[in-house]
Amino acid sequence: MERVERGHLSTARSEEEKEEAGEREGFMEPIIEFKNFSFKYRSQKEPTIRDINLSIYPGEKVLIVGPSGSGKSTLAHCINGLVPFSYKGEITGTYSVAGRNPEKLGIFGLSKLVGTVLQDTDGQFIGLTVAEDIAFALENDMIPQKEMFERVARVSETVEVQSVLGNAPGALSGGQKQRVSMAGVMIDQVDILLFDEPLANLDPATGKRAIELIDQIHREEKTTVVIIEHRLEDALTCGADRIVVVGEGRIVADMTPDELLSGGILQKEGIREPLYVTALKYAGCRITADSFPSDIRKMKETGRLENYKGQVGEWFRQTVIPERKWDEEVILEVKDLDFAYTPGRPVLKDVSFRIHKGEMLSIVGKNGAGKSTLSNLICGFLMPDRGSISLHGEDLLTRSIKERGESIGLVMQNPNQMISKTMIFEEVALGLQVRGVEPEEIEKRVHETLKICGLYPFRNWPISALSYGQKKRVTIASILVMNPDVIILDEPTAGQDYRHYTEIMEFLKEINKNSGITIVMITHDMHLMLEYTDRALVIAEGQLLADEKPSEVLTDDVLTQKAYLKRTSLYDLAVGCGIEKPSDFVDCFIYYERENGREKEAE
Amino acid sequence: MSRVLSYEEKDTWIHRLSGVTKLIFFLLWSITSMISYDTRVLLVMLVLSLVIFAMSKTKWKQVGTVFKFIMLFLCINLIAIFFFSPGQGTKIYGTETPLWHLFGRYTVTKEQLFYEFNVMVKYLTVIPAVFMFIVTTNPSEFAASMNKVGIHYNIGYAMAIALRYIPDVQDDFAKIKHAQEARGIEMSKKAPFASRIRSMASIIFPLVFSSMDRIDVVSNAMELRGFGKHKKRTWYSERPFKRNDYLTLVVVVLFTAAAFVITFWDGSRFYNPFL
Repeated sequence: MERVERGHLSTARSEEEKEEAGEREGFMEPIIEFKNFSFKYRSQKEPTIRDINLSIYPGEKVLIVGPSGSGKSTLAHCINGLVPFSYKGEITGTYSVAGRNPEKLGIFGLSKLVGTVLQDTDGQFIGLTVAEDIAFALENDMIPQKEMFERVARVSETVEVQSVLGNAPGALSGGQKQRVSMAGVMIDQVDILLFDEPLANLDPATGKRAIELIDQIHREEKTTVVIIEHRLEDALTCGADRIVVVGEGRIVADMTPDELLSGGILQKEGIREPLYVTALKYAGCRITADSFPSDIRKMKETGRLENYKGQVGEWFRQTVIPERKWDEEVILEVKDLDFAYTPGRPVLKDVSFRIHKGEMLSIVGKNGAGKSTLSNLICGFLMPDRGSISLHGEDLLTRSIKERGESIGLVMQNPNQMISKTMIFEEVALGLQVRGVEPEEIEKRVHETLKICGLYPFRNWPISALSYGQKKRVTIASILVMNPDVIILDEPTAGQDYRHYTEIMEFLKEINKNSGITIVMITHDMHLMLEYTDRALVIAEGQLLADEKPSEVLTDDVLTQKAYLKRTSLYDLAVGCGIEKPSDFVDCFIYYERENGREKEAE
Repeated sequence: MSRVLSYEEKDTWIHRLSGVTKLIFFLLWSITSMISYDTRVLLVMLVLSLVIFAMSKTKWKQVGTVFKFIMLFLCINLIAIFFFSPGQGTKIYGTETPLWHLFGRYTVTKEQLFYEFNVMVKYLTVIPAVFMFIVTTNPSEFAASMNKVGIHYNIGYAMAIALRYIPDVQDDFAKIKHAQEARGIEMSKKAPFASRIRSMASIIFPLVFSSMDRIDVVSNAMELRGFGKHKKRTWYSERPFKRNDYLTLVVVVLFTAAAFVITFWDGSRFYNPFL
């Protein structure tokens, strides 16, 4: 285990603050402390986290990263009391929160000290209106109504949701939802704020704002902040005092962001580094902690980037991207599409585009911009007010949902919303069975598909025994078996860590290459659109803003702002290294990664 | 977008009443109409509940589907009463005025028709009150009201949160239904009724599973924010009693008392026009 002296190198703070913090920490007891701590869930044989030694000091901002199943969520549950009060198990070693024993405090005692913002922004709302939801903790504490009104008003001002207090939380935008859930825990004036994957359901721009808000609260209220996240680059937008890396139940690193990024621990643990760091490594640069790799702007401002300029430029010139040829055959055409749920308030306006055979394409844009409406129109769940949709030149609008389903398959975001059978074979066979295909034919096709999807060995398993990622594969298989021309996937990688993300996406790439199926993905994952799609349709405010290469989209300031995307950090690197066309640099990076990066990782 | 049978915010005097007032009204109203068979009382109540229903500005599409469903059951109920006890009217009113003979012991009598007419009116007086109560009472305020009349907040909150999740579950239902239709499970009226029922299983199963996920998340969220810490809790959305609440309660109690007096004046809860 690598440990760092306390109070050393705090990139997120100014010199003065740093000193102050150093002083503070010198005298202060840790607010969260684990000593030789292990926890074993009752249903498990082995401890999920073991030998944890971790101290977090008052006023610190700490990121906890790790792949799915590494135990980082369990660690968070230990801090907020879900372990051991809701999820029972066995604790060994000692731990304390605010100097007290959590086991004695109980979950309610802990909730006065630790405020938790859960990952699922929709699911955690309890109140019917925003105001009630914020007041929930106060209600349980028997605070008189008058005081509740005052406190709700105050905290809602801090997070700027005072104008939507009377709305239903479900009707808010993703960013507002996040703010409301923050208000709901801040109202108790907790000492520690714990965020469980705060970025998972947000579009990139909203995610950035959420991180900025967390940072603002951290600075203004002097709250200790612990963020659990695997999207490291986004979580680092506002810096952090320390990053704790959890792997296979142990703490494998506990150091400043700069030190972490100059080593190789992240790659080994399957956590994605910021893209510009990866690019620097591809270019053969040796990254050191004193060049501030955790913040590309700071690298530029302090002139440290100059040291890498030559190597990056050289690498850029040497990487030659071969021309790619496109199939010209149009498979799906959407023309002048208009749609509104309520007349006069259009959700989609004048949308036209063509999708070619064998393409991998992404539809991107802000939450609620009309992306899902578009896929609903294509699949026939909704009918457009105007315009046409055609497949192979034939009008789709006259066909029923079922008929369209034979050529266009839709894979929903949450596999649990699709799976209706208990056994894998039955689930995959369902679409064929209802279409009256012969049993022998069904068996042949299902087995074939299961082989393609790597599920053949499990064919007689119950679905409940599969992991989330495997369930996702089952739902893709159940669509693939019908041999559609186009597959539409809604957020195929939402909530997946880097390893599962790569697994799913490589699998999709494979079937796209081998069977020539056109794949359309609705997403707000910028990495996905950049790395795996050749073209991006950008939708904002119901209009098609752009139909371009992802590398062009993500280096365009105006476009990214309008569509609630975030400009890729590769842009800053390219500009900092004096490269004229940043989008070419991005292409170069993607090409290099496709050709070399993955294999390197596999080794 | 209007959803079936869920709270909708509007500004009428009924919406402004406290949930407790509406709950008490609803309970007294239902008890009165259940007990009384006095046709005069029932008819007055029917007219009043239609007036109240209209005042609450409830739209037909908020309740239409459920209303049709209840009507279906009402018809089944009325037919069943006739089949199981065709002589009930005669037994109650003491006279027998046959209208026409069907077969065996089944003779339609004026008394039986009048009795079943009363049953129907009873249904019809309660239904608008139920609808009015559900669509004008904010679920969390409802929970607060239940708590105030002495029911533990756990029960009230369980109901409120169920109501809160109805729209979400409806959305999930639509989503899942669409996805299954795209896979080829015919759910439209084209498919025969039996196979449509079977197809429903392919929606219910995923729906239950995704709802279980929800329950897990929300119960964690509630616990983390101290739900169940004390024996009592306060309510953000509780409405204080206002002048209108007291007025309404007085009127309701007086009306109930009057209804009971009129009903039982002659010693029986049935009004008998055949004497």
